[in-house]
Amino acid sequence: MSAMSTALTTTFTASIRTVWGNRKARIGLIILGLFVVLAVLAPLVAPYGPEDNGFERNQGASAAHWLGTTAAGEDVLSQLIFGSRISLLVGFGAGGIATVISVLVGLSWGYVRGWLGDVINFVVNMFLVIPGLPLMIVVATYLSNGGISVIVAVIAITGWAWGARVLRSQTRTLRGRDFVEAARFSGERAPRIVFREILPNMTSLIAGGFFGSATAAILAEAGLEYLGLGDSTVISWGTMIYWAQNSNALLTGQWALLFAPGLCIALLATSLTLINFGIDGISNPRLREGSTGR
Amino acid sequence: MRYMLQRAGWFLLTLWAAITLNFLLPRMMPGSPADAALAKLAQNGPVTEQTRKAVEAQLGVPDGNLLQQYLDYLHQVVTLDFGVSYAFYPEPVTGLVLQALPYTLILVGLVTIAAFVIGTLLGVLAAWKRGTWMDALPAVGGSFLGTFPYFWTALLLLFFLGYVGHLFPTFGAYSATTVPGFSWAFIEDALYHAALPATTMLVTSLGGWIIGMRNAMITTLGEDHVTFAEANGIPGRTVALKYAARNAILPNLTGFGMALGGVVGGSVLVEQVFGYPGIGFLLFNAVTGQDYPLMQAIFLMITVSVLVANLLVDIMYGILDPRTRR
Repeated sequence: MSAMSTALTTTFTASIRTVWGNRKARIGLIILGLFVVLAVLAPLVAPYGPEDNGFERNQGASAAHWLGTTAAGEDVLSQLIFGSRISLLVGFGAGGIATVISVLVGLSWGYVRGWLGDVINFVVNMFLVIPGLPLMIVVATYLSNGGISVIVAVIAITGWAWGARVLRSQTRTLRGRDFVEAARFSGERAPRIVFREILPNMTSLIAGGFFGSATAAILAEAGLEYLGLGDSTVISWGTMIYWAQNSNALLTGQWALLFAPGLCIALLATSLTLINFGIDGISNPRLREGSTGR
Repeated sequence: MRYMLQRAGWFLLTLWAAITLNFLLPRMMPGSPADAALAKLAQNGPVTEQTRKAVEAQLGVPDGNLLQQYLDYLHQVVTLDFGVSYAFYPEPVTGLVLQALPYTLILVGLVTIAAFVIGTLLGVLAAWKRGTWMDALPAVGGSFLGTFPYFWTALLLLFFLGYVGHLFPTFGAYSATTVPGFSWAFIEDALYHAALPATTMLVTSLGGWIIGMRNAMITTLGEDHVTFAEANGIPGRTVALKYAARNAILPNLTGFGMALGGVVGGSVLVEQVFGYPGIGFLLFNAVTGQDYPLMQAIFLMITVSVLVANLLVDIMYGILDPRTRR
């Protein structure tokens, strides 16, 4: 057992080294780290409370309010800092749930044979084919103003199918390998073979899928909030843009109100994509930096 | 032949499932369309029993049990009669959709084709010139632009080129002074209005095609038949396009088929920002007005067109890649 855990730790350290060794991924990890620190320390870092609305309204940038104030008299910078919490929460929450579903479905689907496989195939393809954003919009409308948990659920339910398909094809190639055959002949049960023997061989694929779904979740959440389908009383980057547009920030020239939250969304999403460049290098050595691909 | 029949069967099954899902979705949710409509009316004053009956009759809230409702619904779908819109009362849903469809098909359709062609070519170039700036610039630039929230890119362009620069119109598909029709003046005006939305979609979607093609191409470039072709002294351009790109393009082609199906859905966020009167904007209006019949019809139409596109891609795949037919 300890030999196995040592082996796992070595693989883990090696993976981290591969990711960190990739310049793009390193930049991504640093940006993500900054956002996490900002979100955790928000009450200490932000100059004011996010809902303090005693300031003069629609102010431009000043020493007291670096990014100005909103139409309701709140400090934009403070809202921006507190807003990072929602994006990270939804991104990692919805991304995490979608990844767990895709692992459970994808691995079982890849391992089973016969009619059950066909049934799963049908369900997964259904979810793949139905266009994501319209489905999210429709469901979010029916569940109007259900808050963040509804948004997380909607994004997770619409976002797991692609990962499941990728993991399934990987499982199918691993299923025929000798170590899996050996485990089967030694009498191990199917769930154990799937999740103990096969799963550890796909960690990089799963990690890549996780960051991919987290990116999609962050963008989807912002989009839904911007359309006014989320809980508009929560302070997030998406609702900030929603309120900015509703108070005609474009006309009054309050560009910081619109652009700062969007830039944060873009930066956070970019950091996750950059990390994935490094993770791609683990699963497909041909994509590693410095490899010529030949 | 067996492959084609299989695909057709799968298509019919998914089509039925999608239509049924569209029926079940609103019924699985708390609240009902009729209640929502009545709640809206109640804001103007108390609703009498008579008004309630009238609303239920007018808005086509079906009576009877679930099976009867399902049959009524299927009949509606087959006859393409989706009733009357709540938000644009008393316009019929079908008419509203047909009005919006051409705008979306032309704008989003052309942009999707352009993005696919440009993106795929840039991807081939990036993989072939791996490690140079021709690889780094499109690969990193494309994926960076791809992480921009659509609506934010749209707002940026709208603000700088529309409100500040006054270079482009800020709302709609044509000026109030032009009459829609097949005249040069109208086409010119429509193109002018489509410029910003088109740029937004092009910029945000290019990255995906570039990365997809580049990564598939890098994998094919490592294969033996490519090395063999190079060893035979076949010119680089021929190797890149005829030996590597031709095999690597299949996954991107699938994506392209799916994207073409998605064209009908338009781009909700971009159309909303620019007030572009396509299907996406119509869906947004349906959503904000809690206009369930309109929303259902649009969602069904989007799903069905993606399904059809999927079927066509499968058939094309069967022709292009003989291995799938086995």
